[in-house]
Amino acid sequence: MQQHRILIVEDSPTMRQLLVFALKRIKGAELIEAQDGMDGLRKVTSDHFDLALVDINMPVMDGLKLISLIRVEESLKEMPIVVITTEGAKEDRERALSLGADEYLTKPIQANRVLSVAKSMLKIE
Amino acid sequence: MSREKKEVFGRAEEFVALFSRGAEFTKQLLQENERLRGRLSTVEDRQNYAAQDNLEWEKLREELLARITGLENEKQGVMDRLRAVEEENRQFAGRYLEIEEENNNLANLYVASYQLHSTLDLSEVLKTIIEIVINLIGAEVFAVYVLDENTNQLSPVASEGKALPAFPRVPLGSGVVGESVASGETACGEALPSDDLARPIVCIPLRIEERPIGAIAIFKLLAQKDTFAPLDHELFALLAGHAATSIFAAQLYGQSERKLNTIQGFIDLLTK
Repeated sequence: MQQHRILIVEDSPTMRQLLVFALKRIKGAELIEAQDGMDGLRKVTSDHFDLALVDINMPVMDGLKLISLIRVEESLKEMPIVVITTEGAKEDRERALSLGADEYLTKPIQANRVLSVAKSMLKIE
Repeated sequence: MSREKKEVFGRAEEFVALFSRGAEFTKQLLQENERLRGRLSTVEDRQNYAAQDNLEWEKLREELLARITGLENEKQGVMDRLRAVEEENRQFAGRYLEIEEENNNLANLYVASYQLHSTLDLSEVLKTIIEIVINLIGAEVFAVYVLDENTNQLSPVASEGKALPAFPRVPLGSGVVGESVASGETACGEALPSDDLARPIVCIPLRIEERPIGAIAIFKLLAQKDTFAPLDHELFALLAGHAATSIFAAQLYGQSERKLNTIQGFIDLLTK
């Protein structure tokens, strides 16, 4: 069975648990949690991930900074990034996408939507 | 025997087995051919015979028509069954989506309940309530009120979207928040933002049975959320009970910790 390593970068334990619940349904998914941008950066640069789900408003380092740092790394340029945030304004979406995010989802999240976006990013039918 | 010879004999045995299977298959084909020839000959004989006799021809024709009718009925039956199966599939697909949604809703409720009861620290409980209201309900401006039983006043203890002092204290039984807490009824209006901090669009009373504990008052939803979903009402009901229990348990735990420290202080004073 194919393994899919997914990094969840989110400061809220409630959201992390909810995302784990949703993504656990992907066969072969290995879910790793990071509690802020800095923790996420440490994890993403020290290990291989097939997908990263990133919140924007986080302490220590926010999601936008994390995305821009990830996209600077040559080895991480192709890793899909999905932003999950409360920021629903068009300019926030455009900013995240211009920095290198592949998909932008707003809270409150629908587990089905997260699952289908993650599957599409991982190229799972 | 040398290894080469063994290999040659082995190959020869494989060929023999292969030819035997081939011969058996050919024999079966010949038998089937013979049987079909016999069947064809019978049908031809019957047709030839019938062609010479009008009565027999009519009988054969009727038999064939009856067979066609039978096949058409059978086809109709199969088509009906197919339609029934397709309808059943549609119903199953609909039911699957319903169950999927129910499953997701239950996951949300489970996570909310799990997080609320995962700590006895009041500030952590309030943080969890804020996370649930932002992430699961999708509120932008709201406050959590706790009842002071001595003064019967509801005071804001945590907020999001506006600073805590902006939210007014509310007497129990007065205004939207006070009335909601006193009656135990969730007040839920239109999902339009309210600038009046005395008139929330949603007020969830936090109570343990008949005992009022506090309230969650929501004044504005996130821009992308324009209506309340059925799950929101389930979350309101969950928060009404579970957030109240969590706050109450954390308050009791905090009080008992303080009392324990005081008693310990006295014991230390007496024994040292």
